[in-house]
Amino acid sequence: MGDGRETFYSVIRRQGITRRSFHKFCSLTAASLGLGPLTASKIAHALETKPRVPVIWLHGLECTCCSESFIRSAHPLIKDALLSMISLDYDHMIMAAAGHQAEAILEETRAKYKGGYVLAVEGNPPLNEGGMFCIDGGKPFVEKLRSMAEEAMAIVAWGTCASWGCVQAAKPNPTGAVPIDKVVTNRQIIKVPGCPPVAEVMSGLVTFMTTFGKLPELDRQGRPIMFYSERIHDKCYRRSHFDAGQFVEEWDDTNARKGYCLYKMGCKGPTTYNACSALRWNGGVSFPIQSGHGCLGCSEDSFWDKGPFYDRLTTIKQFGIEENADEIGMAAAGVVGLTVAAHAAVTAVKRLTHRPDRSADKGKPS
Amino acid sequence: MQDRAQKLLAAVDAAPTARRRGGGVAYIYAPVRLWHWVNAAAILVLSLTGYFIGTGTPATWGKASGSFLFGYIRFAHFSAGYVLSVGFLLRIYWALMGNANAIQIFCVPLWRGCFWWELYHEIRRYAFLTVEPERGLGHNRLAQLAMFFMFTQTITFMVVTGFALYGQGAGTDSWQYKVFGWVFSLWPNSQDVHTWHHLSLWVIVMFALVHIYAVLRDDIMSRRSFPSMK
Repeated sequence: MGDGRETFYSVIRRQGITRRSFHKFCSLTAASLGLGPLTASKIAHALETKPRVPVIWLHGLECTCCSESFIRSAHPLIKDALLSMISLDYDHMIMAAAGHQAEAILEETRAKYKGGYVLAVEGNPPLNEGGMFCIDGGKPFVEKLRSMAEEAMAIVAWGTCASWGCVQAAKPNPTGAVPIDKVVTNRQIIKVPGCPPVAEVMSGLVTFMTTFGKLPELDRQGRPIMFYSERIHDKCYRRSHFDAGQFVEEWDDTNARKGYCLYKMGCKGPTTYNACSALRWNGGVSFPIQSGHGCLGCSEDSFWDKGPFYDRLTTIKQFGIEENADEIGMAAAGVVGLTVAAHAAVTAVKRLTHRPDRSADKGKPS
Repeated sequence: MQDRAQKLLAAVDAAPTARRRGGGVAYIYAPVRLWHWVNAAAILVLSLTGYFIGTGTPATWGKASGSFLFGYIRFAHFSAGYVLSVGFLLRIYWALMGNANAIQIFCVPLWRGCFWWELYHEIRRYAFLTVEPERGLGHNRLAQLAMFFMFTQTITFMVVTGFALYGQGAGTDSWQYKVFGWVFSLWPNSQDVHTWHHLSLWVIVMFALVHIYAVLRDDIMSRRSFPSMK
């Protein structure tokens, strides 16, 4: 438990990190956020003077990939700095306390830091059967989420589960899983979608909030625009192949080996807002398209129901049969074409068999 | 303003009775005629390029810097989209400023009994149950319904979703995104907008099929007024 008075800097020094390393971290963070050179000293100043913000990290229905991603953040490095930057008071995955002791921390934080803690939610609440599909500490998770959200300073929805519902909300969604903004309706929720989100996006967001003491600017969907204002497609290094009309046709063809655009293989980059193509993964090593696989669109709403992942056009299932827009459109246009042809045939037959009409028509001035 | 509205409504009511059968070709469509062909050309370009954008082209060879095929296809699509949108705006202006027939594709008088009677008559005519055309000038009622529900509404939808999707490429600070970005409040995942945009293409194709057939048929069968904006 952080006591709320200890500054970031004192924690960092206590952990044996030199002042030199501390300043290196500040510069790297400023650079990874795309901020100017002067911001590094601002970050340093903030970390030296501001008390750590208590964070409650809840886990609902999820796979923990967000936590897995988060602990791999390289800029800033999670081990050395980030766990000291915030005071992570409660997190199933990495907390030492267990059982009643752990649950007591929740109540304590809620009372002690009323309106002063950040609620980070990984996963989402299932609502069917009174929320019985996700029991946490003997109670439905949705209850815990509601009560902790009431007194939070800010609410962060980590990952696609909390932001959009993700795989557990895929049709037919048996547990009734919903994104957290369907449960916490009276508050602005910062959505950080992705399955999981890029590590540097998560740690960058935390750094921004603790440094500037305010929420980042959000877009229409509630996503921080600093990371979600551009599509994968907009910064894709294979974009030149897209514009040139050079596409991979099969997974094992020459074009795939040449690194052509994966548009025809169902890449969802053109419809996906995320920072993968700019920041990349694992410390900037790679991202899906760079490894030869199209983007699945994991940070977008209902991406799990917009399949197939390997076709450009989404399959439409409302007609009972699974077809895409082109197949349905062509079939409908074909029916219309046949109808028109049949009508024309009947018209012709009528015309030939009703000679009086024809002569009457001819008599008219035209 | 009120006078104008009343006059328009009166004109919409009066239109069906303004019969001029057998009175030769009536030259009342000049601005609409111009719009029609610009619009038709734009739709042809948009449909073809749109289909290629949805399915992709066969891959070109050589270095990426040596080719801009897909870029040109998209450029043609966007340019034709602008032409269509501007034309559509002018058409709306003409609907308000032109004669009574000009507003037909924007305003279907569903509230009038005689509309339904004329529609019934028109359905009978297309079902070969009667031969006499009901009206002299303008669209027949069946055509008016098809124009409104298959053309006017679909084109409006295409313009709105088209600019919204264009706004994604132009960036979230572009005017297209600011004006049409609300589309993504309805469909947060723009893949859905692509799907609807694509389905609507086929509505336009179906409309074009019926439209061209009906016009040619009318031209051959009745040799009457409206045919062929030629």
